[in-house]
Amino acid sequence: MDLYEYQAKELFATHGVTTQVGKVVSTPADAQKAAAEFNCAVVVKAQVKTGGRGKAGGVKLANNAAEALEKAKNILGLDIKGHIVKKILITPAEDIKEEYYVSFLLDRTNRTFLSMASVAGGMDIEEVAASTPEKLAMIKIDPLTGVDNNKALEISVAAGIPTEVQKDVAVLIEKMWKLFVATDATLVEVNPLVRTNDDRIVALDGKVTLDENANFRHAENENFVDTENVDPLETAAKAKDLNYVKLDGSVGIIGNGAGLVMSTLDVVAYAGEKFGGIKPANFLDIGGGASAQVMADGLGIILSDPAVKSVFVNVFGGITACDEVANGIIQAIEILKSGSNYVQRPIVVRLDGNNAEEGIRILKEAKPENVEIVDTMDNAAARAAQLAAGVK
Amino acid sequence: MAILLNENSKVIVQGMTGSEGKKHTERMIKSGTKIVGGVTPGKGGQSLEVAGQNVPVFNSVQEAMAATGANVSVVFVPPKFAKAAVVESVDAVMPLVVVITEGIPVHDTAHFFTYAQKSGRTRIIGPNCPGIISPGLSNAGIIPADITTKGSIGLVSKSGTLTYQMMYELRDLGFTTAIGIGGDPIIGTTHIDALREFENDPDTKAIVMIGEIGGDAEEKAAEFIKANIKKPVVAYVAGFTAPEGKTMGHAGAIVSGSSGTAEAKKVALEKAGVKVGKTPSETALLLRAAIK
Repeated sequence: MDLYEYQAKELFATHGVTTQVGKVVSTPADAQKAAAEFNCAVVVKAQVKTGGRGKAGGVKLANNAAEALEKAKNILGLDIKGHIVKKILITPAEDIKEEYYVSFLLDRTNRTFLSMASVAGGMDIEEVAASTPEKLAMIKIDPLTGVDNNKALEISVAAGIPTEVQKDVAVLIEKMWKLFVATDATLVEVNPLVRTNDDRIVALDGKVTLDENANFRHAENENFVDTENVDPLETAAKAKDLNYVKLDGSVGIIGNGAGLVMSTLDVVAYAGEKFGGIKPANFLDIGGGASAQVMADGLGIILSDPAVKSVFVNVFGGITACDEVANGIIQAIEILKSGSNYVQRPIVVRLDGNNAEEGIRILKEAKPENVEIVDTMDNAAARAAQLAAGVK
Repeated sequence: MAILLNENSKVIVQGMTGSEGKKHTERMIKSGTKIVGGVTPGKGGQSLEVAGQNVPVFNSVQEAMAATGANVSVVFVPPKFAKAAVVESVDAVMPLVVVITEGIPVHDTAHFFTYAQKSGRTRIIGPNCPGIISPGLSNAGIIPADITTKGSIGLVSKSGTLTYQMMYELRDLGFTTAIGIGGDPIIGTTHIDALREFENDPDTKAIVMIGEIGGDAEEKAAEFIKANIKKPVVAYVAGFTAPEGKTMGHAGAIVSGSSGTAEAKKVALEKAGVKVGKTPSETALLLRAAIK
């Protein structure tokens, strides 16, 4: 789960990472008011979960409250890489002497944690890594021993932080690590970490990604859930505990197991090439051991998407029993038919594995409307793509 | 022969008395696995009747190993307690720990993985994986035992259901061992570890490797195959149409470079001389062609 800058900075403040907590507003008038309260030059910053805000015009300096009003008008509603700006952060402007970069992250390749640090802050760090890798220190962190004073100083020195502030930066680095562990983060990044003209070390920006698997020990994470900018179908699926991602095609997909569903998307897109580029409409994993109810919930979500022209139910029963899946399909269709705005769409089903024969028998006997059983994954994908293309 | 798990494996189940633990203990016993005990703290001394067999319950892994000579542990403990369960197994010097549990915080996995690695005595498979099966010999985890039988193919996969799908596609050939290594960001046994074992196993004639988007394990495996594997290897990669991962942080992308996409993985594997199928069934055909 990615956090907004203002949320990351709230965490920084609670964990002693020196930052400026500004004011989050969503109207130009409130931006003006916040700037007037600070009574100094402020920075108006778009709150979006993507990089490159500055280049897109999402970060502006305002010398006074009147300017803040104007800048806020320009920034609110801006489209930054598909993210519409709905909130802005107003913070007092700092006099900056130098800009650094520091992060802690999960290093999948080495199956451990990693710290990256550089004196070339304030820039796109990918660019620093590509063009001047010697300016980017990468230090492995042992998950068992973590980061103490000495390790933090090692990172600060390796990054090439000037001697006068090396220790102050190290103090902040150690606190960033404590935050990383305490919040179960997979990324804590400060870019830029600035040295002000009066030699204070301040996190001017912040990026934090939290591990949702650790939500059970962080009740506070509930406050970070972004309900505004999530697809309504994804929200509905989450409420039913289904793993759903909206995509932009027209074949609704239901499968069991993340790998098989991902594979199903690929096989449908591959088969769809023959029908003018038919693509999958979603990712939906009903998980292992799915019951009839789960199947019904999933089909309900998919058929409430008007972009869906056909549905492909692709199940390999490991723990999931295919007779349950078959009953789920029949129940789902009954429930949906009784709803007011049900639009019929063809459903292609492929069942293999645990109780597949029984599942197929159930479907053949009940003959639910518009359901076709196809014997293999590839053939079923082709048929679903064909139906989505309007070919009978 | 099979790799990592065979007819002599003595298996205990951590979390056997829970509903998932009990259900799968029964399935494992029915598929011929030697289940010698279960571990649930506080329930030591009891026994659980599963599939017509009385399985003793122990308070700790250490007790279970002392009493039964167990050399494999399968972990069904809920995410909250999984770290403690694995650390306990490492402390007891359990040679193989198969962690089925899904949803373990990655900080916990980083901890127990590093802990096991430093011990140098415990291999971990998983977490968030279906486990390992050597058909006809033993089954440690949740892979259905009735898909196929003992044979000559080795399979290593990040995904559970794709493991089943591939075993089904090649059910007439059968498998020496199939390992689901899990799809979490940090896993104990990698594609490379499994490939190395299969290369050294005289009964494995050819290898199927299944990968998916994220990380650079497949790229690493490609390099390893080119340098070390003489047996035929075919591969399948899932996720060509998957949207960009939401949790892939800005900084994380640097570490893995351009890797992480399905396309990059396919290119890396093909460069190493590994044929990559477009679908699971095409991959199965490639495997058949490779062993002709």
